[in-house]
Amino acid sequence: MSAPLLSVSGLTKHFPLKGGLFGRSTGTVRAVDGITFDVAEGETLGIVGESGCGKSTTARLLVDLITPDSGSIRLGGKEIGPDLSVRDLRRQVQMVFQDSYASLNPRLTMEDAISFGPMVGGMVGHKAVALARDLLARVGLDPARFAGRYPHELSGGQRQRVNIARALAFSPKIVVLDEAVSALDKSVEAQVLNLLADLKAELGLTYIFISHDLNVVRYMSDRVMVMYLGQVAEIGPVEALYSAPAHPYSRALLAAMPSMDPDRRTMEAPLAGDPPNPINPPPGCRFHTRCRLADTVCSGTDPGLYVMPEAGHLAACHIHIPGSGHRDAKSRAGVTA
Amino acid sequence: MSVPLVELDNLTVRFHGERTVHAVNGVSFTLKAGETLGILGESGSGKSVTLKTLLRLLPENRTEIGGGVRVDGADILKLEGRALADHRGGTASMIFQDPMLALDPVYTIGEQIAEAVIRHEGVSSAEGMARALDMLTRVRIPSPERRLKAYPHEMSGGMRQRAMIALALACRPKLLLADEPTTALDATVQIQILLLLRDLQREFGMGMIFVTHDIGVAVEVSDRVAVMYAGEIVETGSVRDLIRDPRHPYTKGLLAANLHGAVKGARLHAIPGAPPALAEAPKACSFAPRCPVKVSGCDINRPPSVALGEARQVRCVLAAPAPGA
Ligand SMILES: Nc1ncnc2c1ncn2[C@@H]1O[C@H](COP(=O)(O)OP(=O)(O)OP(=O)(O)O)[C@@H](O)[C@H]1O
Ligand SMILES: Nc1ncnc2c1ncn2[C@@H]1O[C@H](COP(=O)(O)OP(=O)(O)O)[C@@H](O)[C@H]1O
Ligand code: SF4
Ligand code: SF4
Ligand SMILES: [Mg+2]
Ligand SMILES: [Mg+2]
Repeated sequence: MSAPLLSVSGLTKHFPLKGGLFGRSTGTVRAVDGITFDVAEGETLGIVGESGCGKSTTARLLVDLITPDSGSIRLGGKEIGPDLSVRDLRRQVQMVFQDSYASLNPRLTMEDAISFGPMVGGMVGHKAVALARDLLARVGLDPARFAGRYPHELSGGQRQRVNIARALAFSPKIVVLDEAVSALDKSVEAQVLNLLADLKAELGLTYIFISHDLNVVRYMSDRVMVMYLGQVAEIGPVEALYSAPAHPYSRALLAAMPSMDPDRRTMEAPLAGDPPNPINPPPGCRFHTRCRLADTVCSGTDPGLYVMPEAGHLAACHIHIPGSGHRDAKSRAGVTA
Repeated sequence: MSVPLVELDNLTVRFHGERTVHAVNGVSFTLKAGETLGILGESGSGKSVTLKTLLRLLPENRTEIGGGVRVDGADILKLEGRALADHRGGTASMIFQDPMLALDPVYTIGEQIAEAVIRHEGVSSAEGMARALDMLTRVRIPSPERRLKAYPHEMSGGMRQRAMIALALACRPKLLLADEPTTALDATVQIQILLLLRDLQREFGMGMIFVTHDIGVAVEVSDRVAVMYAGEIVETGSVRDLIRDPRHPYTKGLLAANLHGAVKGARLHAIPGAPPALAEAPKACSFAPRCPVKVSGCDINRPPSVALGEARQVRCVLAAPAPGA
């Protein structure tokens, strides 16, 4: 296998919690807490997890909207900082956000919104305009009709197409889509998903696809990463993960999806209570406070990501680690080297 | 046959102002006591307006309502004064996506529930508080005694949703109107709230109208489903019939767009275009500009609502059973 296009190692971002008297720091939000993963060229990595688990913070770290506290990002084998400038990272990794309206300047026409970035990057005016019109056509908006329009003159689905065109204007290698289709109605969402698939095939793009809709993630992704309280709970090939989730949290997340079968409605909620916040994450396995399979070892020892038998499948759960001391784990002796 | 709990007869709702909006265009349905009807539709299809009409929550001066609206025998469009106040929160009550639409930030949860019970049932304040405690227990809020004294902002999202449900059900309404109450929640919390509503609906024997844009959510709670498009109901049927055998081209498109049976790597059967602007009342099939199977006539005449069996209606010219079939 060739080297991954993107390689993230030990990435960490904590936010000081302001409040208290005179805005003093009263704690730390461990939004992203040491995550490691790779993305191969041309694949789509889905990221899922409950609200506040660190999906958007991860995305913002990848496009350098915020700076990591520690850890490294490698693009094409080159480490950002020592080997590759942040400017290069920003050009090669582009992001599309959920809120199509807030992402666009209300006073710029669609043509100007798309050509602005390349012009700042040094492209001459008429070339940037031609590029903008070409990209509008590519995302399914006739430039003759849409080039001169302002954001409020477009529907949500059309604005999101413009945001995609704007990201593509930099000829990125990777596009990070953070809930990029979540605000759209289902019928329009399907149109944009088709567009994303077409663009990926045409331009050889690599996607990082964040969504709370597990059906959409399954349809779009080659591999999926499940996050819990700032960490990776499980990562693996999409079908392996959906059909046989290894981590109890992944299992619960999937079981919480509404049933589409009237004869097999959900009878019991897989998890109780609201997702906890990452201010004072529990020690050991962070999921142990909600896990039905938790054992004594779980509250004391962080399992860390463990390599599962299938290729590329990792899970952070003591059950899978031989000799971990969890009642359901194999003993170390039972393992052949 | 007994009188239905809710009877909408050719409801039309039009908003006047800078622009006229034809939000609801001839909606008819009935709901039996103890039954749950899911209303499924995309944003702007008229779901919330339909629900608000049942509580008369629309701005009176700008809204023109036509047709018939009956709840529990009463003509809702004629209610005034005390009778209207008794209807809202007494006979029928509503829960929302944003619980802060129902909860008052300056009173504790206990005070708000007790006050509602005192207002509608004339009980003492001690009895009101006792009911509040009972309701918080029923919606399974942990440590309910302590939560009686909590303010809405002191609760987490899922907890606030439960408190809103407790308030809505405190006076034992016969009809609960639910306007996307789980849309803003994580799926792990959403399923808890859906199961809770399903249980409470059965326990109290309420009728429920549950509005959602999510087919899976509709399947979890509904007995029957009505699909709305551009202010009209285009298809009604049991959840089973609707999911297994959708008949209206829009319902079929919605199911495909929800990746129902989608094959990875294959293109999705997306419905092209976007819903109409509702600037005028429909004269033809509202779905015609987007319909993949439209025939001549679809742009000219309003399709009839075709009854297919007892609980099944489809508003499409292609739905009529072939003659002799
Ligand atoms: N700038 C910031 N300052 C302080 N805390 C922050 C900041 N940005 C994010 N956080 C916190 O970090 C945690 C992770 O946030 P993040 O936005 O990454 O979550 P998410 O997984 O994208 O959630 P959602 O599904 O709601 O979008 C949350 O607790 C959030 O409140
Ligand atoms: N108070 C109002 N004044 C004017 N237009 C309104 C009002 N309430 C809703 N509408 C319009 O009526 C249509 C249906 O709205 P609504 O019932 O809220 O849709 P949804 O199905 O998303 O709940 C939309 O076009 C909306 O903009
Ligand atoms: S390590 Fe323990 S608590 Fe964590 S998921 Fe596995 S069994 Fe549950
Ligand atoms: S009436 Fe005609 S346009 Fe409307 S849904 Fe049926 S076939 Fe399509
Ligand atoms: Mg986010
Ligand atoms: Mg609504």
